[in-house]
Order: sequence, then C-alpha cells, then structure tokens
Amino acid sequence: MKHRYLPLTKQDEAAMLNAVGADSIERLFADIPASVRFQGVLPMSSAHDEPSLLKHMRDLSGRNADADRFASFLGAGIYDHHIPVVIQHVISRSEFYTAYTPYQPEISQGELQAIFEFQSYICELTGLPVANASMYDGATALAEAAALASGASRRKRIVVSRTVHPEAREILRTSARGLGLEVTEVGFLDGVTDLEALEAAIDESTAAVLVQTPNFFGCLENVRAIEPLIHSRGGLLVVSVNPLSLGLLEAPGKLGADVVVGDAQPLGIPMSLGGPTCGFFAVTEALMRKIPGRIVGQTADRDGKRGFVLTLQAREQHIRREKATSNICSNQALLALCASVYMSVMGKQGMQEVARLNLNKAHYAAGRFPAGTKVFGAPFFNEFVLKLPEGATVKELNARLLGAGYIGGYDLGAAYPELAGHVLVAVTERRTKEEIDGFVREWEAWL
Amino acid sequence: MKPEKALIFELSRPGRIAYSLPECDVPEVDPSAVIPVGHLRSEPAALPEVYEVDVIRHYTELSRRNFGVDNGFYPLGSCTMKYNPKINEDVAKFPGFAKIHPYQPEESIQGALEMLYTLQNDLAALTGMDQVTLQPAAGAHGEWTGLMLIRAYHESRGEGRTKVIVPDSSHGTNPASATVAGFETVTLPSDARGMVDLEALRQAVGPDTAALMLTNPNTLGLFEERIEDIARIVHDAGGLLYYDGANSNAIMGIARPGDMGFDVVHLNLHKTMSTPHGGGGPGAGPVGVKSKLAPFLPKPVVGLHPDGTFYWDEDRPQSIGRVKSFYGNFGILVRAYAYIRTYGPEGLRRVSEIAVLNANYMMHRLAPYFDVPYPGVCKHEFVLSGKNLKSAYGVRTLDVAKRLLDFGYHPPTVYFPLNVEECIMIEPTETESKETLDAFIDAMIQIAGEAASDPQLVLNAPYTTAVKRLDEATAARKPVLNCSC
Amino acid sequence: MSEVRDGLFYSEEHEWASAAGGQVVRIGITDHAQCQLGDIVFVELPQPGSSVNAGESVGSIESVKTVSEMYAPVSGKVVRVNESLLDQPEIVNGDPYGAGWIMEVEVEGDVDTALGKLLTADRYRELIE
Repeated sequence: MKHRYLPLTKQDEAAMLNAVGADSIERLFADIPASVRFQGVLPMSSAHDEPSLLKHMRDLSGRNADADRFASFLGAGIYDHHIPVVIQHVISRSEFYTAYTPYQPEISQGELQAIFEFQSYICELTGLPVANASMYDGATALAEAAALASGASRRKRIVVSRTVHPEAREILRTSARGLGLEVTEVGFLDGVTDLEALEAAIDESTAAVLVQTPNFFGCLENVRAIEPLIHSRGGLLVVSVNPLSLGLLEAPGKLGADVVVGDAQPLGIPMSLGGPTCGFFAVTEALMRKIPGRIVGQTADRDGKRGFVLTLQAREQHIRREKATSNICSNQALLALCASVYMSVMGKQGMQEVARLNLNKAHYAAGRFPAGTKVFGAPFFNEFVLKLPEGATVKELNARLLGAGYIGGYDLGAAYPELAGHVLVAVTERRTKEEIDGFVREWEAWL
Repeated sequence: MKPEKALIFELSRPGRIAYSLPECDVPEVDPSAVIPVGHLRSEPAALPEVYEVDVIRHYTELSRRNFGVDNGFYPLGSCTMKYNPKINEDVAKFPGFAKIHPYQPEESIQGALEMLYTLQNDLAALTGMDQVTLQPAAGAHGEWTGLMLIRAYHESRGEGRTKVIVPDSSHGTNPASATVAGFETVTLPSDARGMVDLEALRQAVGPDTAALMLTNPNTLGLFEERIEDIARIVHDAGGLLYYDGANSNAIMGIARPGDMGFDVVHLNLHKTMSTPHGGGGPGAGPVGVKSKLAPFLPKPVVGLHPDGTFYWDEDRPQSIGRVKSFYGNFGILVRAYAYIRTYGPEGLRRVSEIAVLNANYMMHRLAPYFDVPYPGVCKHEFVLSGKNLKSAYGVRTLDVAKRLLDFGYHPPTVYFPLNVEECIMIEPTETESKETLDAFIDAMIQIAGEAASDPQLVLNAPYTTAVKRLDEATAARKPVLNCSC
Repeated sequence: MSEVRDGLFYSEEHEWASAAGGQVVRIGITDHAQCQLGDIVFVELPQPGSSVNAGESVGSIESVKTVSEMYAPVSGKVVRVNESLLDQPEIVNGDPYGAGWIMEVEVEGDVDTALGKLLTADRYRELIE
C-alpha cells in the first residue's frame, strides 16, 4: 500500500530484505508464535483520505457548542479566557512540539531555556524560590504535594478542605490509597474552610494541610489564619491557586505556604474539554531536593558559555526505579510554553490588568442577580455561587440558557449534596456587559 | 557558534507592553473595597515588559536552538519518534474541540463524545481488550492506573497480593509505578538471550504475586517467544499480566496483547499513535482491560444510549475513582483518533511491518562495526553495545552520541536498558526513508572509525551545536533554578 | 585502581570506619564507592543526636547519575556530621578517607568490638576485586 507518511518503495523493500537476508517481511515476524498471531483485519474505524478526514472531523467538531459561538459562564477549574494570538504561533513551531524531552542539552537549549523561564515565572507568581518544569495538571500536582509532604515530614495524615476542587480531592484519595496515606476532609462555613474544624483536625501526625484559594466556590481562603494552625504542629502548608488571580492577590509564598500548586490553564491554554492542561509546582528552598518531576538548572559549557540542563535528575524514576518517590517521568512542556508565552505577552502590567478585569466583571455580574440569589458573603475573585428557588433544577436552567446562546454554570449538587440547587458561575474578562446582562435576563425570565 | 541567548527577563524595558485586553465596559470596583488588604498583592510579580516583536523573536530564536522530528532523524529507542502528521494538529485546533468545557451539558458535546467512544472501541480492538479508559495523561500514569486496577481486582476477591514482578530490562517507570501504587517490586533476571528466564519466573511467583509487568517486544527489541508459558505461570499463581505498551509500534495488527494472555494494557498515544511529544509532554496513556477488570476502571467512561446519544457513564460503584481531572488529555485523543483514521486497520499493520523492517535493516548494516549483544531478528528497535570502542579506544557510548550531534542527528537512547553495557538503543520508526537510514548508518560507521584513528575528535564532540558539553555536576551542586530577577 | 587504606575497617556497603577517640567512630565512604558514584552533588546527612543501627539507612549520597543509600556500619548515636559537605560535597570525591568523612557515631560498649564485626582492608580488597 502507498501512504503519504510512508516512503518505502518496492525497490527499497527488496533491497532491505536482501540486506537482512529475509525473503519477506513476514519472515521478520517468525518469532511470534502462530497461536498468538492475529488473523484477519482488526475491527477498527476505517481509513479516510485527507479531504474526507477533514470533513469528518469538522462534522464531529461542529456538533459541539464551542465558546466562539456560545457565551460561557462556566468555570469550576477550566476557564474561557482570551488567548493572545501569538501563543498559537509560538507553540506551532515544530522545533518545539516535535521534540522529545531535552535529554541531549546541546541540541535542546531552546526547550531548556523555555522551561527555565517558566520556572522563573512560576517563582515570581507564587513567591517561592523553586519551581519544577510542570506536572500533568493542577489536581495531580496537589496529590503529588501530599506525597511530598508525607515523605518530607515522615507523617501519614493529610488534611484537606472540602472547598478544594472535588475532582482534585478524588484524585488525592485515589493516590493516597496507593501510598497508604490517610486523608481527612474539613468542612466549610459561608463558603470558606471552617477554621475551628480545621484546627481540631490537625495533630502531630498531620503531614500537611491542603487548601485552595480562590477556592472551588470562588471565595478567598484566609491563608494568613490557616498558616499558624499547621506550622505550629510541624506540618506543611500546601496552597492550590488560580495563577491568573495572582495578578491581584498576594503570592502564597509570602503567606507562609511551603508548597504552591495549581493549574496553568487560565494562562493561555485552550479549554479542550479539560485537557491537556499544565500543573505547576513550587516549593521552599528547604524542599528543593524533594520536588517531584523534572527541573532545569543553569550552568556553563566547556567554554564558560551559559547553558541549561535537566538537573537533580538522580531522583528520577528511570534511575531510582522502585526507590523513586514519584513515577512521573514527563512534564507538560508544550503547555508550560503556552503559559510562558502568555506571561511574556501580559508582562508586569497585563497580569495585573487582566486580574482586575476579571474582578470587575464578576462583581458587576454578581450585583445584577436579584437580592438573596448569591449565597456566600466571603470575598471572591471571578466566580461565585448562586441559589435557585425551591424546585428549580440547574439542569433545566442550563438547557434553557444553552438554547439562548449561553453556557450556564456548574451544578454543585452532585459534588456537594447540601448545595443541591446551587450553581457556580464564572465571569472572565471575555464576557461583555451585554452578555452578562443578557445572561441575567434569561435567568430571570426562566425563573 | 551561536552567542549566548538572552533570557526574556533580560529584554525587559519598563513601559513596553505586548498585550491587548478588552476595555472595561462595566463599573470598576476598588479591589481594596471588596478584598481585605492582607489578601491583595503587596508588590506586582516582576514579569518582563516587552512588546510583541520581542516575544516572537525571542521564542523563534529559542525554537532554532531546539531539535525535533521535523528537523531530522530522531532514532531515540523506546520513544517511537515518528513523524507527527500536520492534519492532526489542524483538527485538534477546531473550535468544537479546542474551545469546549468539560462540564458542558452532554447534549452540547455529542461530537466530542462520539469521537471518544469510537476511540475507546478502536483501542480495545487494537489491543484485544474488552474496555478502555482514556483518562491517564501519560505512559507512567497509565501504568499506575493499571496497577491500581489490579490491586482493586485482587482486593475485591479478598486477596491481599503485594508483589509486582518486573524484568531487569524493564522501563524504570515500571518499578516506580509499582511503588507508588503500594506494591513491592521483585526484579526478574533475563536469560542469556535477553528474554524472561522462565525458571526464575517460576521461582518468583507465589500467592503474593499481584502481577507481572512486561513489554513485548521487550526493551531489547526482542519478542518474548514463550509469552504463552509466561502467561500460564503467572495466571496459575493467581497473578495478572500487565502489558507496557511502549513498544506497540512493532505489532499493530500482527499480534495483540489480549491474545497473548495480558489482562491490562496501556498504550502511549504519543509514541504509537503519532501525537507529538511536545518537548516532554503532553501525552496520553489510555488503559485497556479484560472484562473481569472493567468494573474497576476510573470513572467516567463514555457510554452509548440505545437512542444513539452518548453520555458520561458515572455509575460505576466499584471504580478506583478518578485518576485525572476531567476526561484525560482530550486534545491528544483527538490527534490519535485522526491518526487512526488516516491509516485504518490495514494501514496500521503496514506501519508495524515497515518499522520492523527498518530496524532489522539498520541492525544488519551496523553489525560489522558495533557489538550486537542479541543477534537474530529484532522487532521495531534493537540494541548495540559500545563496549569494544570503550575498551579499545576509551570512547564511550556517550561520546558517540555527542559526535552524532555534529552530523545533524538526534542520538539514539543511550545507557538503557541497564543490563547492556554501554548500550545504544536505536528505533528508526516507519516514517524514515532508506536514504535517511543509510546516511545515519554511514555516520555511525564513520564515528566508529574516528574512535580508532582520532579518539580526541570524538571525546570533545560536539562542535557545531549552540553550546558544548555542559557542566552537570555544578548544576546539581549549586542549583540555579530560576533567574531571580 | 581505587585505594583501600590499611588500618581502617570496612562494610560490604562500601563505608569505612575508624576509631576516633573514646567511644567515637568516624565513618565515610570508600574510594571505590566515590569512583562508582562519579561526581557527587549532594550528601544527605543524618541528624546529630539521632540513633542509628548497624546496617540501616542513615542518609543518601547523590551524584550526577545516581542516588545511593548510606548505611551505618556500627550502631550508636550520631554525635557529629561533616557540615562542610553541605556546601562542598565534591570533597568526598577528592579525599574520601580524610576531609571527606561523613559522620561520627558514639557506640555503646567497646569500640574494638564494634569495629571487629567489619571487614579488614585485605578482606575489603578481595570484595571489590
């Protein structure tokens, strides 16, 4: 068969088989026992030519309500922010996207320097001195933070607030089972972690407290008040953040966090049904040699010229094997590059401005709903929780909104039974006053 | 030689901007009126101040200091650095794929769900498994997921099996994944032919055996011919068989893990299914299982209602739970699906045939010049040993790899697997032409000659790259991990 | 060929030990061990005051290419660690039997008895040949 990705001609095939000393390609598979050979044609999807594949993919894509055609008020961990156009141009350079991990530093200085700059950006945002090259996503980064805390403190208990993203807590529970960690959840009051319950849950066997701010409900946690509760017991403070909010909000490193994690999706990464995104992971100096994943360091070559290498690698799984503390052997380099380009484009001014825009639009929107609709009084950033009247369901509301061109908020009932009939609404800088007003009108009309 | 490249922070000039944000069309709020002062940033993050041309030129220059498959031959063993088709990149950017939210109502993402459902079935067919989860984000993540499934399976039967057996030639992720999944690792020696030592395996299995993890073909590029005996030994002891799919590019449509006796499989879509490696990620590591393990799969999986609509199947009470936010690396899954549909089943079989022919051709042509520890037929990759060059001329495999850079190639994988001295592991893939293979072989032969005639030439390589060999010891002793601007 | 110094005592895990006055035993890694590790980049030292048992892991030594556990050749209490290794771990490469010592352990009971359980220089030479 001929195919546009396959260069082998009949003449090549004959010459190569001759060199190998085989009379057919089939002969090269003679070591596979006949009893496990697959006979016939696999029952898989059939081949398309290029034009018909484009048409097929366009058809599948066209059956999804995308954020170009619908105004999205959905957040809950994935946000519809403006993506500066230069990002696509940079990450489409195939020297970046068709490369593997930079194991050969002499021909990978571009990627290595890009990661070094990413680490620098994350350090600046989080206020911590050490960041790694990235993780799968924010949720797995949080689970890795728990593992790090347990390893560093030699303790087995993790205390996590229920205001942390429900999926992140689920992943934490799954991975804690593998590692033999005990996870205790602490409830919330008026949208933020119940500090009295938190204090009661912490003891001398607590490896870490895990909180998220802005939390899953969009509310800001009082990290200043949480910090002494865990540090006085010798455990670590792990804070998960929305990186875009750090244009406005205090760097968690300055509030005493030992580990800061989060998902870089708001920084120029497409929503893409939730993945791939990019987790980030920053720690204090004391934890530098315990940080999981890859890390890039600056050094010099034989001529004294500045260069970059993967470093602190001896801890990695391919060397430590069963003694490794994490099995992560990749990062999300291309998406870390997205985030780096985003921060380069936004710069010192833009990061502050985009955070302010989110604050303004969300507070305008929150004020447009009838009194009593918004439930929590805690300060918030760009998301907030609304309560529907008795008997109304979020599912029906969202179906109506979809019909009117809006993607509605997140139904809190599934993850928080006590919040059935509550919806989490996100308002980013992309939402115009007209869209916000229209969204509120549709909402009220439906009620 | 290129001059040092400035960091983006070093390009900063106060007052420059590269962004364009919407005007604020709503009343502004004073942040200190709605947020307690202690929560507000005390000083802005010191990000660079540059304009758009700076950004483009900076990253364009960085890209020129990087080497990808599009730059040239990249025979990195065990990584399957095949061509990354451009149509896959284009379709993944369609707004209906790139701009959809994971929590949108199911009725608003039917196209995406149909694609995922079809991909689940296609990967199940390809591997001979009954059901597939698309959630894991990478190969190692797939391994861990698979081991957690195995653990759940044994626990559901009231069996506390604690040990996972891995061959000494296995990928380093195998034992690391076993550890983080809460298992103890038992390492199995290979026999003289580089295969699983059946007698050692019989000794190793027992009532505490949870699973054997195996790559087939193995990391030496050899097919484990006695795979059925291996499966029988493990199954008779009550253990399960885990297939590390890193080397699947050798056997698509030719042999299926499910038919060899494997119970759990992960695939690396960034290897076998051509999705780009991205400089280290993102990838995707879907896991397929036999039906007895299906109840434990991470939730949700994509289901099909009798009326022809697709849905997230969350109703899986025995599930090990979620392993990844949302639904896995969807953008990668779109590319893998498009790849499958450029080839179809017969095309994928042809892919494996050519991958294997290319590897055998290279091995035979290089055999007169390098030590071939496992002669015979290889699959999609093979290993050489540089031990003769080392003992005769003091030229190590690392030096050969560095010298290859001057010829414009990415070197093969070196020093892996660990059980081959001065190992060089070559995987050409199917998308390389005979001319490319011949030119690379000629370069290897020339370097072997240089090692004999002028070893210093090889020991000091590379000469043509942006930087020369770098001081890794200082980097690790006195780490400089950010620019501290 | 790496140096094995006469008069010191050795463990099968490639540590050396010698009497350092009173109940104290000084401990380091052998020349052979540092050769195998290559460029040492970090030494994780035990906490002074902590108790160690012979044969148990007390810290780790990290090189560019690998991480190796360090085992206590004798039981007792750590009384001193070589803090200069925190800044200059490469001293272990340069002078493993001298300035590159790692820790001092105070043994309970007789020092000679504790050291007598270890290998002599000749036995260690046989081990690494």
